[in-house]
Amino acid sequence: MFFRTALLVLRKDFAIEIKSFELVSTTLFFAVGCVVVFAFALVSFAGEAAAAGRKPEDAAAAILWIALLFAGTLALGRTFERERYGETIRALLLAPAPRPALYVGKLLGILCLLGLTELLLVPLIALLFNAPLLTQLTLLLPLLVFGTVGFAAVGTLFAAMLMRARTRDVMLPILLYPITIPVIIAGVRGTSALLTSPRDEPTAIMWLAILVCFDVVFVTLSLWTFEPLMTE
Amino acid sequence: MKKLFVPLTIVTAALFAYAPVAIAGAPYESTMLLVQKIFYFHVPSWMGMYSAIAVCGGASAVHLFKNRPAADRLAVSAAELAVMFGAIGLVTGPLWGRKAWGVWWSWDVRTDMAFLMWLVFVAYLLVRTYGGPGSDKLAAAMGLFGTAVSPFVYVSVNIWRTVHPLNTVVPELIGGSMPGAGLPFAVSSFAFLLLFALLLALRVNLASRQAVLDELYLAEEDGAA
Repeated sequence: MFFRTALLVLRKDFAIEIKSFELVSTTLFFAVGCVVVFAFALVSFAGEAAAAGRKPEDAAAAILWIALLFAGTLALGRTFERERYGETIRALLLAPAPRPALYVGKLLGILCLLGLTELLLVPLIALLFNAPLLTQLTLLLPLLVFGTVGFAAVGTLFAAMLMRARTRDVMLPILLYPITIPVIIAGVRGTSALLTSPRDEPTAIMWLAILVCFDVVFVTLSLWTFEPLMTE
Repeated sequence: MKKLFVPLTIVTAALFAYAPVAIAGAPYESTMLLVQKIFYFHVPSWMGMYSAIAVCGGASAVHLFKNRPAADRLAVSAAELAVMFGAIGLVTGPLWGRKAWGVWWSWDVRTDMAFLMWLVFVAYLLVRTYGGPGSDKLAAAMGLFGTAVSPFVYVSVNIWRTVHPLNTVVPELIGGSMPGAGLPFAVSSFAFLLLFALLLALRVNLASRQAVLDELYLAEEDGAA
């Protein structure tokens, strides 16, 4: 029952998205835009950054995660804005289904979208920054998966609860970024440890372990608080 | 608490008055000398913030699951105090860092995480103030999640060693390398924690009076209509 409901919510979101591709196209374009903006900002400083001891592998890892974070925030806001605009969230909440299943359904939808974004971002950044991202997939993949799950778990809950708030557009990043910064630190540090030559495997694995802990804590907390938060 | 409030206020004032004397009498740390004395206010202010965070997290969870306005008043009062004590720590930290490490902000994981915890509770107050109706529940979620992030802060303190001293430096310092540091540290820690408890009681009292006043206004309006 639980997983069937979650999959039904996911299927509903897919069916809506497939008609217009609005979320997919805007999120992907926004992510690429972020990469370009940061690339130009950092490339023009390349000489100075190198002099200050900043390593190019940090830049590639940072841009990957920042683009993902910003595009993810935008996508989260848009998905729930769609539910709010059509007043469909009320119908969803009225359905005789376990509330946490609705949360899992929405979370799966966001994860699919962010996975697609990563599919575009990783090769793009590997190409633009000459970073060996594609040869490090054995550890990069789990880092990306657990990082995305941690960010999306908190993000889906906050975006859902903020549907009621007057200032929801600005409140989402305000609430989301301080809570998910550990994900970004772990993601960026872990990824840049993979990009050094020779790659620093123990460091990457340590950050991966922290991401796993973060995911366990925050997915549990989100499942636990979704019900009281969505009850008016 | 009401009976204890005045005597405790006097004790806190006395401790704060005595703290500078005790700190002046403490021995000099071997490398940082006078600069190290900010430690007696820097560390207790973080103790104040983390106590406030613990209270806010617990109260937020109670409000979220049990829907108790009293818990909500406790949570918002604690969040305000977390921001206040955090601000003291964030001012004293860079002052110390500038003299001890040569930079205001060393981008150390520990300092960043403390700053982050402070930001979480600023965000709590922001959503509280500008969130519109129903923002108490939203803020409660923020308080709960913010408190849940703090173990990650603690882990960061103990795993990644950089320039910032580990938290275990406090017992080591008092136990071995600086025998005279125990008393001033105890005085200022106790003073800060008492101050936290008193301000919390005061702020909760204010919040409950506001709630009573709001109810009276509503009753008055109903009576008039």
